[in-house]
Amino acid sequence: MIPFTYARATDVADAVRRGGAEAARYLGGGTNLVDLMRETIERPDILVDVTGLSHAITERDDGGLLIGAATSNTALAEHRAVRTRYPALSRAIVAGASAQIRNMATVGGNLLQRTRCAYFYDEAGAHCNKRHPGDGCDAMDGFNRMHAILGASPSCVSVHPSDMCVALAMLDAQVHLEAPASTRRLPLTELHRLPGDRPDVETHLAPGELITAIELPAASLAVRSTYRKVRDRASYAFALVSVAAALEVEEGRVKEVRIALGGVAHKPWRAWTAEAALLGQPATEASFAAAAQAELAAARPLKDNGFKIELARRTMVAVLGELAGEAV
Amino acid sequence: MTISVNGVEAMLPSDPRVSLLDLLREQLGLSGTKKGCDQGACGACTVLVDGERILSCLALAVQYDGRSVTTIEGLGTAECPHPLQSAFIAHDGFQCGYCTPGQICSAMGMIEEVRRGTPSHVTSDITAEVIPFSRDEVRERMSGNLCRCGAHNGIVDAIATLLPEAAE
Repeated sequence: MIPFTYARATDVADAVRRGGAEAARYLGGGTNLVDLMRETIERPDILVDVTGLSHAITERDDGGLLIGAATSNTALAEHRAVRTRYPALSRAIVAGASAQIRNMATVGGNLLQRTRCAYFYDEAGAHCNKRHPGDGCDAMDGFNRMHAILGASPSCVSVHPSDMCVALAMLDAQVHLEAPASTRRLPLTELHRLPGDRPDVETHLAPGELITAIELPAASLAVRSTYRKVRDRASYAFALVSVAAALEVEEGRVKEVRIALGGVAHKPWRAWTAEAALLGQPATEASFAAAAQAELAAARPLKDNGFKIELARRTMVAVLGELAGEAV
Repeated sequence: MTISVNGVEAMLPSDPRVSLLDLLREQLGLSGTKKGCDQGACGACTVLVDGERILSCLALAVQYDGRSVTTIEGLGTAECPHPLQSAFIAHDGFQCGYCTPGQICSAMGMIEEVRRGTPSHVTSDITAEVIPFSRDEVRERMSGNLCRCGAHNGIVDAIATLLPEAAE
């Protein structure tokens, strides 16, 4: 690990003042960043520890929830209001990592975790445009069973590893951001970038900008939401494919629907096409299959991951079927 | 800058690169906590911080200023083992023993999580106030602790002795 200085932020103003320095990084639970620093893939000069900032989960007047970015993944998953009003979010969090990691990891850090592409991690032995722009991508023709089927580019085929973000994308979460001279919000769906020709730039955050909170809008729809993760082993593995969804059926037809996919793209993938295809349609397996097909029309398989297209289609149909069963 | 380890105050390292695991093993001589993968994949380094289980290999020691750490040495001794340590012996919850301190610290944290209602991936009703213990719950909740000897059945049996409701 390359030497660095460490400072514990006392408040948001202190954090963004320190975090504006070149080669500074915000430190949450460290479950991803410390590992990447040990591999010398991340090389910050300054770590600004933001785990002492807000970890409050507060009710908003409009019925939504405001979640401090330093909230641990465990604290969010077990919170009563999240379990009862946004069950997909609780389910997504407990489907990820291990209990020890969820205890350490913060919400802000979960959003900014980096891909687990093995070629990205292999500093000594592999080419990676995300590590070194212009270096090439060994995953493109390598072992790419875990890689992207949607939104990839010739530069990068890696996937975003978060489960929590898939649920947040489905729930229309807003990300609260702070910088020395600005305060703004961004929809979670607009936080992460597709790789394009700059896979090293993963978000639309300005340099030094700090995630201070996540806001969940009030949504009665979210009460009937769930998350299903398909992986190689029953626990403690990254997703091959995952689906977060919420569905409201009225008189047998889809009144409202939200769907997001994980394990398929460089960002949590909101299935806007499938949602549009389903509105007003009969809440039947045939409609769900047609909507999934429409979403996945843009999918492009690599050498080893063609199975993900069919897996994503079936998982979407199964999850929507489960929610429709509840809604009837 | 101090940290409490098993009730004893210790100085934090001046180099922020030192992990909590290396502080415990190399500077405080507490070699009960094991270094397995050193990258957050195996759970051998699990310790309790203020009662919560964490991975000490991914924890920078400086981040834990003022916190209270419990390691396997703080749970029991050879003369006076913790009931869970005795249960691991009684149920063959290990073979080589390398993962065992992490397994035991992890189980201690896990039991508290279930008692306060933290749901898991296999909890069928995540809105329930009280989450029932079961062997499936124990297995899922202990998935962050690998045992390459394959003693998982004995590990679950040992943990179940502290949880009569999960015994069946």
